[in-house]
Amino acid sequence: MKLLKNLLKSPMFVCGISLLLITIILAVFGSSIFSITMDRVGQQYAAPHGKYFLGLDDLGRDYVSLMIRGLQSSLYVGLLAGVIATVIGTFVGIYGGFKGGWVDDLLNMFTNIFIVIPSFVILILISSSFSEGRSLTLIGIIIGLTTWSWTARAVRAQSSAIKTKDHIILAKLNGANTVKIILVHILPYLASYVFMVFILQVASGILSEASISMIGLGPLDTVSLGTILNQAKNTGALGDGVWWAFIPATVVITVIVFALYLINTSMEGVFNPRLRK
Amino acid sequence: MQNNKEVFTAKNSSCQFGHGKKIIKAVDNVSFSIQDEEIVSLVGGSGCGKSVLAKMMLGIHKPSSGSFLYNGKEITDLRQHWREVQMVLQDPFSCFNQFFTIRSQLKSSFGIFKEKPSNKEIEERVDNALLAVNIKPPEIEGKYPFELSGGQMQRMLLARIFIMRPKVLIADEPTSMVDACVRANILDYLMKIKNELKMTIVFITHDIGLAYYVSDRLFIMHKGAIVEQGTPDEVALSPKNEHTLALLDDIPDIHKQWIVR
Amino acid sequence: MAIFEVDNLSLHYLTRFGKKVHSVTGVSFTMEKGEILGIAGESGCGKSTLVNGLMGLFIPPLYPTAGDVRVAGESLMNRSPEDIRQNVLCRKVSMIPQGAFNALNPTRKVKDIAADVMAAHMKGIDRKEIYERLNQRFDLFGMDTKRVLNSFPVTLTAGERQRSVIGISTLLNPQMVIADEPTSALDVTTQKVVIKMIFDLLDKGIFSTMIFITHELPLLRHVADNIAIMYAGQFVEVGTADQIVFDPRHPYTKALMGAMLSAEPGQKQKKPTAIEGAPPNLANEQKGCRFAERCPCVKDSCHTNEQEIRMVAGRQVRCEYAE
Repeated sequence: MKLLKNLLKSPMFVCGISLLLITIILAVFGSSIFSITMDRVGQQYAAPHGKYFLGLDDLGRDYVSLMIRGLQSSLYVGLLAGVIATVIGTFVGIYGGFKGGWVDDLLNMFTNIFIVIPSFVILILISSSFSEGRSLTLIGIIIGLTTWSWTARAVRAQSSAIKTKDHIILAKLNGANTVKIILVHILPYLASYVFMVFILQVASGILSEASISMIGLGPLDTVSLGTILNQAKNTGALGDGVWWAFIPATVVITVIVFALYLINTSMEGVFNPRLRK
Repeated sequence: MQNNKEVFTAKNSSCQFGHGKKIIKAVDNVSFSIQDEEIVSLVGGSGCGKSVLAKMMLGIHKPSSGSFLYNGKEITDLRQHWREVQMVLQDPFSCFNQFFTIRSQLKSSFGIFKEKPSNKEIEERVDNALLAVNIKPPEIEGKYPFELSGGQMQRMLLARIFIMRPKVLIADEPTSMVDACVRANILDYLMKIKNELKMTIVFITHDIGLAYYVSDRLFIMHKGAIVEQGTPDEVALSPKNEHTLALLDDIPDIHKQWIVR
Repeated sequence: MAIFEVDNLSLHYLTRFGKKVHSVTGVSFTMEKGEILGIAGESGCGKSTLVNGLMGLFIPPLYPTAGDVRVAGESLMNRSPEDIRQNVLCRKVSMIPQGAFNALNPTRKVKDIAADVMAAHMKGIDRKEIYERLNQRFDLFGMDTKRVLNSFPVTLTAGERQRSVIGISTLLNPQMVIADEPTSALDVTTQKVVIKMIFDLLDKGIFSTMIFITHELPLLRHVADNIAIMYAGQFVEVGTADQIVFDPRHPYTKALMGAMLSAEPGQKQKKPTAIEGAPPNLANEQKGCRFAERCPCVKDSCHTNEQEIRMVAGRQVRCEYAE
């Protein structure tokens, strides 16, 4: 539609969406493009050679396969965490902003607690309490449940501004109940804002997963970009100059998050006409 | 014609906002009564309290002191109250959700009824309401608010009233955003609905000429108080209160001296 | 010598899809020094577009189609916005846009906003001297100078904000002021105060010539010497204030005057004019009289004949059947 056409005119958006699409394609179709194997195929920390163009890890496994698997995991966790955080944050924010009064005060207090306590610390605490059964899904859920607070605050401000508008008064006079007003009369007006917030939450989820995995509290049953970095750290690969152990993973994380930020910034320019040149 | 039923009765009623030192008395000690099928206008400059008084009639603001009665009783159940008292606002575009078609929004007005009529009846009543404001239903089929003109949108607000058939209509500056040439049409539709539904109308406006033309009685408001009440001739042609006089004086009437240079 | 000349000015907008909307067509008038011209028209008639054109401010998507605008003989066409801002705006011609009083920078005090304007146009003047001049000038406005100058816009009333805007726009004693709906959002009492201030400035010689744009005709009877009625991008009637208000000849002007409601005896029986419909969509090509669709005395030829300005009863009317 017109929106897409306008977005495609922005070089930032085109760059961001291309990078993102490449990573998604790699994640989804990677196993068809490259042959993925988790078996030992050679020497410990063998340098890149032949079809193993990203080298081998300390257990002799192919880094290309590890990266594809890691990419799938990180994107999955990011998406799961992003969806959970956005949904919780949006509904807490809209409801508090719309209702006002003591409901708003209560929800605000609740939100502020989550803002004040560093989510990463909570993440560490919860993760470490699961000494077994730490799966990607669990990590994703935990990240989602701990990082929704700033979304709630931002959405609450928007919702609070919309509730004074005339069409809300008329909706009330039409007999609409709170649920209907929130879903039909407030949410559509915030849709573009919430979507942008969602993109940032996904980026944040990917980074949080990488961080928690890097300190060894990540998923126990799969490979993720963070666990790759953790492995590199633990085996001293950084000090030994085994660059293929940590540079590719770092680059990929950076590229995904960068792509998401590019998309978010370019969307802001399109949604807010005053920012357009 | 008119029975002497009092629709609104206010006695020493006030409405204030804020607390402690920053109390603002938006409506200050007003007393009045509005009869059934009367057309009353609340007139005054900005900040005079007319919008707050209108919202008190809608039940959106509660009186902080004194009594404010609708049909002899306090306004408690808002949903029930809104089955009988409805509103038309100044900016017709901001009154409708921009993401949904107009027809679907007109249909959602039935949400206030105790028993929703059948789908067939809903469609019929929406069609009839549109015809009552001189719009053929196919004209707005599938259309969104931004696709219509200001005059058409204002008529949509009136069509909504026709659907809801309230006993009382609060009209907050219904013609100030409409072109002058179209204004009389909107007033015509308003009067048509009023006569058919035997409604009481409370007009809010800053235009004393408009108030003079449409009303049975005028209330002049200043700083939250009703400073003068009476028939249009009494208030506009032989005003007694100084604020009324000042208001009349400030209007750039083409037949009078306005500013001495 | 005419201080302001507009020669067959036409302006158009380019929409996102490349369509041309001809917002203003064939507007011509001249103004002498000391004249106040009122331009009256309803929403969408093109008055605000015309204002930008009269300044020579052609910022895309607004483009000139044809015509010329001259201030004291100097043409304003084909000049860059920078050139206009530097050399014309505030000095020769000053503009007060619609809703300006709500557009004051909320984070700066009034005196700083005003000082910025002065500093931008008077190079090499120091801040202290600017503030002195500001105080002297604002003393003429009848407001509490010290309080207003040192306040943030949000703490002032609408009337004080609008008077500050007018004051700031006239700081450099422009020859001409163009005011776009300066009192439309104000209540009648504040409106009177603002108009009094404008008259004051005129009497003191701060500026001499003015174009006053509004949709309220009765106001123009008191403010303007001459009035031009605008409809669908064209002037349909131009004459003295008394001619237009008391003896309109064009059907649209008659409809506008007939739609006025005033609190006087006999008003209850006098039904105001009611005309259905809306002005034509100027993205489409116009044929014949643009008011023909809604005119109460339309004739067949009105739909096909282009209407030209002719003199009727001492004023210009764009209607071949007007008497």
